[in-house]
This record gives sequence, C-alpha cells and structure tokens, in this order.
Amino acid sequence: MVTRGFSSGRRPPTDDDARIPPGQYLEQGFPVLSAGPTPRVRTEDWSFTLKHGPRPIKKWNWAEFNALPLTKMTRDIHCVTAWTKFDTPWQGVLVDDILADAGLEPPTGFTLAHAFDGYTTNVPVKDLTGGKAMVALLYEGEPIAPDHGGPARLLVPHLYFWKSAKWLNGLQFTTRDEPGFWELRGYHIYGDPWREQRYTGDP
Amino acid sequence: MSAVAAVQSPWQTAGIVRIEKRTPRVTSFFFRPSRPFAYRAGQHVDVRLTAPDGYQARRSYSIASAPETVGAIELAIEKLDDGEVSPFFHEVAAIGDEIELRGPLGGHFVWPEDVGGPLVLVGGGSGVVPLMSMARHRAARNSTVPVVLVFSARIWDEVIFRDELIALDDRRDGFDLVLTLTREAARRPADYVRRVDVAMMAQAMARLPEPPGLAFVCGSNAFVSVAAQALIDAGVAAGNIRTERYGV
Ligand SMILES: Cc1cc2nc3c(=O)[nH]c(=O)nc-3n(C[C@H](O)[C@H](O)[C@H](O)COP(=O)(O)OP(=O)(O)OC[C@H]3O[C@@H](n4cnc5c(N)ncnc54)[C@H](O)[C@@H]3O)c2cc1C
Repeated sequence: MVTRGFSSGRRPPTDDDARIPPGQYLEQGFPVLSAGPTPRVRTEDWSFTLKHGPRPIKKWNWAEFNALPLTKMTRDIHCVTAWTKFDTPWQGVLVDDILADAGLEPPTGFTLAHAFDGYTTNVPVKDLTGGKAMVALLYEGEPIAPDHGGPARLLVPHLYFWKSAKWLNGLQFTTRDEPGFWELRGYHIYGDPWREQRYTGDP
Repeated sequence: MSAVAAVQSPWQTAGIVRIEKRTPRVTSFFFRPSRPFAYRAGQHVDVRLTAPDGYQARRSYSIASAPETVGAIELAIEKLDDGEVSPFFHEVAAIGDEIELRGPLGGHFVWPEDVGGPLVLVGGGSGVVPLMSMARHRAARNSTVPVVLVFSARIWDEVIFRDELIALDDRRDGFDLVLTLTREAARRPADYVRRVDVAMMAQAMARLPEPPGLAFVCGSNAFVSVAAQALIDAGVAAGNIRTERYGV
C-alpha cells in the first residue's frame, strides 16, 4: 500500500540495495537495545561454559579463552528494530574453535546461548558452525564496550541481531529448539532477516 | 494448538482519526486499526511507510493510550528534524490518511496492573509514552498500586501529557509525579532541575510505601543507561529493571 505523500525517504544508494534485507534501513551509528540495565562484567569475573543439557563440558576463564585462536569477521548486521549496519569489524573465537578446544562434536542440533544478565537466545547448531559464528571479544580492534555486550558477545551476523547475545557466558546444547528470552516474548524462533522473520509466526 | 504458530500481529491499515499537538516537538496521532486488537500497557506497534516505487521505511512507536481505551490508539511522535519517518508524520500526515501498522508488539516492557508493584517509572522525553499507557491503565482500573513516575524533560513546555499527569498526581491515590527539568527552573515545589541521578532515584523511591517490585525505564539509550545505573545504585536489583531504548 503506497502511503500518501511519502515519496522521498532516506533511501540508500542503489548499489547498496542488494545488501539491505527487506524492511531495513542503513544506519551509520550503532544503536543500543537491550531488555534491562547494562551489566558491568569484569574480565576477572568472566567465564564461558560449554554445556550439554545440564552437564558442563568445559569452562574457560578470560585468559584461557583469549588463548584460543582469534579470527577476524567483518559483516553486515541487521537489528529487528529495522536498522542495518554495514561492515562491522569483529574479532573473536569461532564456535568451531571452541568446540575443537573442548574436543566436542555437536551432540544435538540446537543450542541456547546464555548471558550474565540471565538472557538466553536459541540458535541452531548449523548456524553456529562452519565459520558462521563466533564469540566476539573485540570490535574495531578494541575491547567491546559494555553497552554493546562486552567483554564477550555472540556474533551470528546472518540472523537478526538479538540472536547475537550480549554479555555471553555460555553455550548449551539442547535436545529440542527451545525458545529463549525474546523468542518467548513474541519474537521469531529463527530470525532470518532476508525472510523478514521478525515476530512469532512470520513465515 | 496448531503446529505452526500463528502470524503475530500482521500488517494492517489504520486510519488517522485525530491529531493533537502535545508539545512544540511532540504530536499525538490517533489511529483506528481496520482490525482492532487488544494490547498491554507498555507495548508498541511498528509503522511502515511505502513510496510509490516500493521503497519502505519502518519504525517502532509505543502506544500511549490505555488498553481500556475504546476506539483509536494513540501514538505520540517526537519530530527529529533530520529524521525520515517522524517528520513525515509532523509535516505530511493528515486526518483520513491510511497508514500501515502491525501490533501489538513487545512482551517484556509491559505492565498489566494485576502484576502489582510498587512501581518506579522513569522516562526521558518521548520515553514517557509507554509509561503514560501504564499510568492511564492504572487509573482506568482504579488501581491502588503505588507508582512513582520520574519524568525528565528539557523544559516545562516539553513535558508531554503535562496537564493529564498533574491531574493524575492530584488524585492522591498512590500515583506520584516527579518532574525534573534539565534546562529550565522547576515550577512545582518538589520537582528537580537536573539530570536523573542516584539521589533523585532514592528520594523518588522513598515516596513509595515499600521498595519497588519493578522499575520501567524508557528513553534514548544514553538516558536509559544513566537512569538504570542510578536505580541500581539506589538499591534496585538489576533483574527488576526493565528497559526500552529508543535507539541512538
Ligand atoms: C520500541 C520502540 C518504541 C519507540 N517509541 C517511540 C515513541 O513512542 N515516540 C517517539 O517519538 N519515538 C519512539 N521510538 C523511536 C522511533 O522508532 C524512531 O526511531 C524515531 O521516530 C526516529 O525516526 P526517524 O525516521 O524520524 O529518524 P531516523 O531517520 O531514524 O533518524 C534518527 C536520527 O538519527 C540520525 N540519522 C539516522 N540515519 C542517518 C543518516 N543516514 N544520515 C544522517 N543522519 C542519520 C538522524 O539525524 C536522526 O536525528 C521508539 C523506538 C523503539 C525501538
């Protein structure tokens, strides 16, 4: 439906069109969205735990985690509140490298990412492995600011950005695809920006 | 239950039935959705504008009206001069226009009255909108849940819903309004003239008969960060603070 009187808009340059998913607009800044206050997690207190169901498989402290292979990933990111940001430069540990360090083959097809503030989000294993996702430790070469999820956040750039859990402290393999925090509150179970899967039940 | 979840809140058209200027920069638009829906205080809708060539812009707006309101849904939109969507509403949109929206959306920043309290509500600028829905909801339910609303605005004339908020405060039924102006002297005896801080949060909470069960903080990201930290420093557990950030 064409909106009367809306003609111009701030449309992106046409050569960028192919990089902007439906319903998104290009953002130069880096807006912050989260469900509660920003937790201040000190790296001394930080840890990351890999679990299979309730069972811990391996736990890393900050120094141990930083000793894992670091990978650079520069990706476009897409927030469900409709902004897209191009070429965000991250560095961190690929989920593949975390699993390798734990000597673990994915035991199930699904995971729940856990954060220090109790936030959770579900991501299928196939969206985390094969170089698709990492636990990011640096943004633009600097430690990630608390507002943006530091010390460490999940980065799953091909899904809406709420899947890239801030203040990450663990990854848990689950037998079923279990909805996380926003998924229980009306947001889509998978969240593919190219299929515009924003809210529960969007095809 | 069906195996496939139903599409939540599909797009629909809504007609603008009333437009009311609230402050120099904020105007309320009243929409009558073609398919009316129930919502909870604190929820928002997404609005999308479509150009003749198919280009679309979409933004989220909190619902200002109470769930009990019959008929039109109120959105209070602040004009950002160099923005894309808010100037459209202020400069182009007129009564009778059909706009596409979907809602209600958001299941976290919500306060159905039966959840109880006491509540601390902290709003900066247009961040007061979902808190207004909560205040109106409380009044519509004749609720006695103690609520203190701390509302930060730049100047007196930018206090959105000012007369209505003061009238709610005057009922003395457990709803307390605290205004703080950042660029102009206070007009009411107990109001402040500074940015929100720990002392202000502690004093606001002291107006409640017991410590708050929940706090809702809404506004720009910078405002929410400061206000949420002030609440934590004033003793509110982080897990009891819900935030809605309007982005930049
Ligand atoms: C859940 C939620 C609820 C909300 N509720 C409300 C509400 O009740 N009332 C309300 O007024 N707002 C609300 N907002 C904010 C609203 O969604 C919009 O962000 C706001 O109206 C600005 O949109 P805009 O298109 O006018 O500005 P935008 O075009 O998005 O621009 C926003 C600002 O960023 C700058 N900017 C962005 N992109 C560019 C660019 N490419 N070049 C230069 N500058 C740029 C602009 O200068 C402008 O000042 C809410 C947001 C959320 C997430």
